Order: sequence, then structure tokens, then C-alpha cells
Amino acid sequence: MIELWIEGVGIYAPGLAGWERAAPVLAGRQPYAPGEPPKLAPALLPADVRRRTTEHIRLAVEVADEAVRQAQADAAALWSVFATSESDGAISHNICEEVAKDVPEVSPTRFHNSVTNAPAGYWCMAVQSQAPSTSLSGFDASFGVGLIEAGVQVGVERCSVLLVAHDAPFPEPLHSVRPISALFGAALVLAPARSARSLARIVVAIEPTLHALSRMADAGIDGLRTGNPAARILPLLAALARRESGELFLPYVHSQALRVTLEPV
Amino acid sequence: MTPLVLTAFTAVNALGRGSAAVLEALTAARTGLKPCNFEQVSLETYVGEVAGLDDLRVCERLAEFDCRNNRLAELTLEQDGFAARIAQARVKYGARRVAVILGTSTSGILETERAYRRRDPLTGALPADFRFATTHNLYASTDFVRRYLGLEGPAAMISTACSSSAKVFASAWRLMTQGLCDAAVVGGVDSLCRNTLYGFASLDLVGREPCRPCDAQRGGISIGEAAGFALLERPEQAASHSGVALLGYGESSDAYHMSTPHPEGAGAALAMQRALTCAALPPAAIDYINMHGTASQVNDSMEDKAISTVFGTNTACSSTKGWTGHALGAAGITEAVISALCIRNGLMPGCLNTRSIDPGFTSKVLLTNQSAAVRRVLSNSFGFGGSNCSLIFGAHP
Repeated sequence: MIELWIEGVGIYAPGLAGWERAAPVLAGRQPYAPGEPPKLAPALLPADVRRRTTEHIRLAVEVADEAVRQAQADAAALWSVFATSESDGAISHNICEEVAKDVPEVSPTRFHNSVTNAPAGYWCMAVQSQAPSTSLSGFDASFGVGLIEAGVQVGVERCSVLLVAHDAPFPEPLHSVRPISALFGAALVLAPARSARSLARIVVAIEPTLHALSRMADAGIDGLRTGNPAARILPLLAALARRESGELFLPYVHSQALRVTLEPV
Repeated sequence: MTPLVLTAFTAVNALGRGSAAVLEALTAARTGLKPCNFEQVSLETYVGEVAGLDDLRVCERLAEFDCRNNRLAELTLEQDGFAARIAQARVKYGARRVAVILGTSTSGILETERAYRRRDPLTGALPADFRFATTHNLYASTDFVRRYLGLEGPAAMISTACSSSAKVFASAWRLMTQGLCDAAVVGGVDSLCRNTLYGFASLDLVGREPCRPCDAQRGGISIGEAAGFALLERPEQAASHSGVALLGYGESSDAYHMSTPHPEGAGAALAMQRALTCAALPPAAIDYINMHGTASQVNDSMEDKAISTVFGTNTACSSTKGWTGHALGAAGITEAVISALCIRNGLMPGCLNTRSIDPGFTSKVLLTNQSAAVRRVLSNSFGFGGSNCSLIFGAHP
């Protein structure tokens, strides 16, 4: 069991770009209207750096920045965990296409952007953070795996942690074998103790028995939840938006569930 | 921090299968590097290839996971009686109380590379027999290993480039300290693929000859493949153990550049300092440093500076990549196992293939193997994106 305090939230997805816009939709007070989200251009990245990044990297930096600004946290002091099922699918496709040739010419920038921790690297450079940063995967349970890693860091190291979950659709032909329906990124700033900035207290535990997972009431939003591994966070964000106490079940590895008990502050 | 013992450990890499083969090659100063003729790669370079993987298949019940990465994982689990030790731990603690935390950089992407060479010429579709989730996906080898071992505890695949399977020790220690598990299988697996060979070549980081870490004439890295695993338990709960314990870890970020480390090694020095603080040890307590030492110009130079900053100029250090090549996401566990072998056998390896040490270096780089009591080793792993991790292992009675 891990006790955490949420201090900031970031989100970016079709119809849910930014917490201010997303919260009333997730709370059920406004209808969900998906559509192309605004172009990703995180202000944190200087233009010349931004040009060298991919959509996947910009997605992670955008939501991280939003959560950290909301938490008014010292970005450089935060530890970070970046959770992704697939890392950068567009780059995987591009490099696999290139190395299928007899004499491949891989782009060096594309190659160094291909490491799973590329978004973490750009984030740490942007905020000049030398704090520990971990990038990881748990397939469809990647958010749950990231929440456990981040939660345990908060619990054991007594540090505040930025948790980012991010996945983007693959281009074809990989999209057909691993369909991810839409871009989705979200971030939380998690702290070890209550502060003036606390939005909610959550207690996370690995559920000992099989348990049905929490869903979203709106079918469109629930389609987003099941369509992108990072979007498995949505029931937690909805509870946060509704500012209601409750118990949620989010996917973890081996078909297990994480029981997340939330109390708004 | 409270130490955890390595109850058991094992490794497979270019030096051979299992701890005895690795130790024998280290002692005999025999490299595992060979000219690259992997997968029709047209580069003139040397690689640390694991022999015989093409002839293996993963076990029948997990056939859908069959790929080079998982074959290497299974082959390794069967060395040194490792899988049998895990079976005992599973009985002792229960399947849900044993974690599986592994590291990789490219997982089974070789399967996708091969599938891309067999795309339908009309539609571009991948061949019908291609399986994505159990091969290419980053988590695939963690899922394979935990199924193979019958474990259901916390699990993750850490992917932070070349520090991946070092950081697993820190994650596992935290999980055990938080009480989410009683034991942890840590390790990593990374296998050769065209992505990394051509990718590192695009950055001019691949050497034409077997890598020569810390050499004045070093010409770049030799890419390798490897897997390794260790079982971590609390000392008071371990019935028997390897005589080696994890004493500390230190993680840091460079915040400098995506593919070039900080020239003065600021992030690397910070990781080493944090590991010493975590272990509550002074620098003088470390007998030997197993360097990241890739034989790239910038890595070895910055690492020498970082070591000199933290330890001064009298702590013996070397890189063992002249033996194994750079196993990328599996480098951390490969060198953790080598560190444990050094402690158990009183060995401080030199830098194999290296002829003369870079005259600009100030740290005490060993050129040849030495026999000496090795009580504590610090092992460095640094990755793209500025991801650094230092681990401290020590003799445990």
C-alpha cells in the first residue's frame, strides 16, 4: 500500500487537450467532442530543439509541463517516471523500413530519438534536471506499472515524482498488428505529504484477487481508454475532475488490478 | 541502505553460457568479439554475438514468444541452476511475492526488421505469421521470463538505453523496501539487430576493430548481445547466497545532450556520489570500478574525469567491454555479474585489447588482469538521453 498526494495534472488527447478543458468533460458536466487536438508545440522546448523532436516526444513534454506548472513544483528537483507501452512507433517504423534496405542510411537524430527514454532526456534538458529518471513499459498495463514505480519512489525515497504516461498510434503496417486508436498523454505530480497544493490523496495497492476494471461512463471516452495504454489512467482523472471520494481499479500486469482509493482535498 | 543479497546470478554473453564460462574467459584474457557477419549487415566492425541462438526455440508452452531476445533469455535462465533457484523462491514466498524487473533497449525488434523484409509487395502488410506483442513490444521479455518462471509479483521492463539493466536493482530494492514483494528477479536481455548496428554507425560510434576501452587510439564501440539475471533477497531470509550483496545505487540525469555525455562527466560523477551516499561508504571503500567504458572517444574521456573527481587517482578501474562488447540494455546486468565474479574470485580485470592508456587520463586504469582481494566494486552504466546509474556490490559473509 502506497500513500501519495496529487499536486498537478496534465492531459492531452483528442477533445481533452489541457486539464482546464478536459476536467468538465471528464466530470460529465460537458459532452465529449473528440476531434483533432491543437498542434503540439510545447513552449518549454526552444524552436530549434522542437524541430528535432517527434510528436511522441512533444506529447510527453507537453503534459509533463502542464502538470508541473499546475503543481508549482520545482521541475528540476522532481524525479520522473515515463511510462509507455510502445515508445516511439513512428520512429520504429521509419528505422525498420530503412534497415530493411541492403545499404541502410539511418538518420542519427532519428536513432538517438528512438531510445525509450528520449522524452525523458528532452524533459531533463528542458528543465535542467539531474534528478533520477526512469522510462518503462508494461504493455497494456504501462500506466499501472509506471504508477507503482513512481509510487514506490515517493514512498521509499520521500521525493516528489513526475509520472508521465504517453502513447501514440503506430503508422501502418504496424498499426494493423498493434492498433492504438489515438494520441494520449497524461501526467501527475505525486508528493509524499500533504501540502497547500494537494489536489487529492490516493492510496495505491495491488489487488490480491481478480477484479473488474473501472470504466468511463461516456462510451466515446471509454473507447479512448481502451484504445491507448496510457489512457488507462482516465478513471483516475475522472474521479479527480469530479472531486469525489471513491475506489478505482486500474489494469496492472498479469491481468491483475491496482486498487486506487482517492479522496479529494 | 539495507543491503540485499544476490542469492543467485547468471549470465550468457559472447564469452559463453553461464558464470563459469564468463569467469574462465575473463581470467584467460580471451575476447568474445568476432568480425560481424550478423543478419547480412554490411558494416566493417566486430560484435559480441551469442553463439547458437539461431538453432534454439523457446519452450513449447510459450512458443508465441519465440524470438532471438526471448531465446537468449531462456538460455540464460537455464544456466547456473538459476531457474531452479527461482522455483525454490516461488515456493518459499509465493508467486505473487517475487517481482520480475528487467531492462532492455530494443527488445525483440529484430522480428519486426525481418517482417519488414517480407512485407506484401502490393499492400505493404506484414506477414501473417508475425507476432508483435510477444516479440517486439518492450515488455515482451519481462512477460516471457515471468511466465517461464511462474511468477506473478510486480513486474516492469525498464528501458533507459544503456543504463536499463543497472536501474533494475534500484527499482527492485525500492519495491522490497516498500513491502510490495519479498524477493526480486532482476536482470536484462538485449540482442543484436540491424537497428542498433546501423544506428550507432550513423553516429560514427562503431569501431572497425575489437573495442579498446580507454586506449589513446580507441576507435569506437563493439556492439554485443547478452542476458543476465540475479535473485535479490533480504539477507536474513536467504537460506544460502552467492556471497555478494547489493550495497548501494545512484541514479542521475545529464540534462546535457541526447547522444553525447556531459564532457566533464557531471552526471556520471553525480551517479557515483549518490551510490556512495546510498551505501554510506567513503570513496576509499571501493576496491575496483567496473567502468561503462564503451571505447567511444567521449564516453571514456568523461568517465575518466568523473572517476577522478569522485575517487581521486588511486582507485583501480577498467572496462570489460573488450571481452563482451557493449550489450546496451543488458550491459548493466552483464557487468553486475562480472562485478560479483570479481568479488568472489579476487580478480580485477584489465582493459582487454587496449594497448596504451590515453595519456590524458588521470584515473588508475588497469591494462592487465590483477589478482587482489576485492571487497567492493562500483559498476557504472550510462545511456543515451543522459541516463546514468552506478551500483555498489560487496562481499557478504
